[in-house]
Amino acid sequence: MPGYNDPSFDTLALHAGAAPDPATGARAVPIHLTTSFVFESSDHAASLFNLERAGHVYSRISNPTNAVLEQRVAALEGGIGAITTASGQAALHLTIATLMGAGSHIVASTALYGGSHNLLHYTMRRFGIETTFVQPNDIAAWRAAVRPNTKLFFGETVGNPGLDVLDIPTISTIAHEAGVPLLVDSTLTTPYLIKPFELGADLVYHSATKFLSGHGTVIGGIVVDGGSFDWEKSGKFPELTQSYEGFHNMVFSEESTVGAFLLRARREGLRDFGACLSPHSAWLILQGIETLSLRMDRHMANTEKVVQFLASHPMVSRVGHPLIERHPSHALAEKLLRFGARGAGSVFSFDIQGSREQGKAFIEALKIFSHLANVGDCRSLVIHPASTTHFRMSDAALAGAGIGPGTIRLSIGLEDADDLMDDLKRALKAAEKAGSKPSQA
Amino acid sequence: MKFTLKNPAGQHYEAYAYTGGKAFDAAKPTLVFIHGVLNDHSVWILQSRYLAHHGFNVMAIDLPGHGRSGGDAPASVEEAAQFIEALLDAAGVQQAALVGHSWGSLIALETAARLKERITHLGLVGTAFPMKVSPALIEASLNEPMKALQMVNVFSRATLAAPPSALGPGTWVYGASMALGRRVLASNPKVNLFHRGFVACDSYTNGLAAIAAITCPVLFLLGESDQMTPPRAAKGLIDQAQASGKTLQVVQVPMGHHQMSESPEETLHALKSFLGL
Repeated sequence: MPGYNDPSFDTLALHAGAAPDPATGARAVPIHLTTSFVFESSDHAASLFNLERAGHVYSRISNPTNAVLEQRVAALEGGIGAITTASGQAALHLTIATLMGAGSHIVASTALYGGSHNLLHYTMRRFGIETTFVQPNDIAAWRAAVRPNTKLFFGETVGNPGLDVLDIPTISTIAHEAGVPLLVDSTLTTPYLIKPFELGADLVYHSATKFLSGHGTVIGGIVVDGGSFDWEKSGKFPELTQSYEGFHNMVFSEESTVGAFLLRARREGLRDFGACLSPHSAWLILQGIETLSLRMDRHMANTEKVVQFLASHPMVSRVGHPLIERHPSHALAEKLLRFGARGAGSVFSFDIQGSREQGKAFIEALKIFSHLANVGDCRSLVIHPASTTHFRMSDAALAGAGIGPGTIRLSIGLEDADDLMDDLKRALKAAEKAGSKPSQA
Repeated sequence: MKFTLKNPAGQHYEAYAYTGGKAFDAAKPTLVFIHGVLNDHSVWILQSRYLAHHGFNVMAIDLPGHGRSGGDAPASVEEAAQFIEALLDAAGVQQAALVGHSWGSLIALETAARLKERITHLGLVGTAFPMKVSPALIEASLNEPMKALQMVNVFSRATLAAPPSALGPGTWVYGASMALGRRVLASNPKVNLFHRGFVACDSYTNGLAAIAAITCPVLFLLGESDQMTPPRAAKGLIDQAQASGKTLQVVQVPMGHHQMSESPEETLHALKSFLGL
């Protein structure tokens, strides 16, 4: 019987990590809602705990349903393995907590999801980990921000919500010269639109809540290791290259030449912090991934039409999507993304000409777009970042992230594009009317 | 753990062996794991840790010029066999079991033939003789190593849904093997380890004589879906072992050429049975 050849994206999205269940013949991935797994013997138990044999012990550490999701996303990203987490934020925290402790330093893009900014700027600082934020397209600033205690570079493939495309080849080169890995949040692009590992990134994480799941039904995260970063050569990661008393005095980089990060992240981070993913949530995310490319194609097609509509509307002063040629990341998007600027995602912002009140009138007039704090749903969504996702940021920090007081963020869903444009058209009319009221008074 | 050896020119170098999470102890029965082309000790992690914690003095080596080991990468199976003998001498090991995968199986075979009673068990995982490598693949390993690495891993894979493996659940074995190949290739800037290893496999001619010369029991652990070293390619060695009265076991596991990572439990079970555990 021949082995598999080299499956492409859609085949992997349906099959990677999963085979018909040998016990029942179930074709779909079973949901293993169990906390724990029976040992065959005392020796088997000891062997599992000591990493002499591979298997499941307790669902905080691993679970068969989650393992399918982990293999599947690792396959789609081109990585060596993955760890599912309770949320995208948990994936980011797990990554940071595995790689460093108090006294460490991170260099991060300013164009981050507000929750990531909160974690780095406020919470991690309380635990002794500082972050220097730099404009993602200011290459010199990335280099200048490096300190002796820098342990990580971090950015989003397309920054939220300005869609600044991260120059992964250049920034990863600077990171590697500094002896540190580049971590990339690829939530908005998914492996269908960009392959960060092929461009030089070392670690990738997703809020699987968004496009991977795709249906707005589940919170989850996942971190994938590309297996490319040489922790020993760097010399900056004793957590991975020196004996760890907390786990059998294991030297993780000796155990696995390419997988030290995943070994420690699972055996320490999941064990101790416990931000694991429910198997039911993993199953829901797997359902989403099975149709990922079909959905992303429709997201892109709808986004292209909506961007063109908004760009030509007199009430709109700016559309922040790389499809617009004057967008600062247009050329980089064409170069790095699988489908060029079309593939820069379906989450973008635009500015309404007028006051804050007009922006409010716009949002409240929408009927199909839902006003809520999420992106990457199959339904179209809208939010006002300055008062919600990024509200903790100062005006200066907001400006640094490319967000104005009147900026509106859209997440374009899978509805009929004509209906979306009609909804936006009516809401813009409402905004226009709201602007005319004061002058009539 | 590192051992200091001398190369044929009399120069010292250090050779690395992973000891499975236990201290090196030559008083215990020693088991040497020998990896294949563009691999290193880490392909044996699960088997190494288990056997090291069940009475064996495990040495999962990085061949010279690979990964953590210094020295010159062996250009032939015979050169590599000389290294294994020198390593046992340097480590003060009087007798050892040898288990090799792919190219490593030929190295184990040749070493066992040379060292006779000094070898207690011979485990040949994913083996073949002759271990011919297509001219196109040898050429690609030299001039397009990334393309060749992908070809080898595609041929080696037998499943898209491997059980929990070396990194635990969530391991994508294909990606892990690709990453390890890239890392090992990069570990030696002087020599293309890919090409050198393939040429060594392709040019080895002493297999039948070697299997006839061994004095220990031999295990053939073969992957049913192995496209790199299909079970039929080991038939000559098996026939010769039988014809020369060797004590042998032939075990086929339902996997490809990544026996240790795609079917770690079946591989361990076969090794335990062979070693008398």
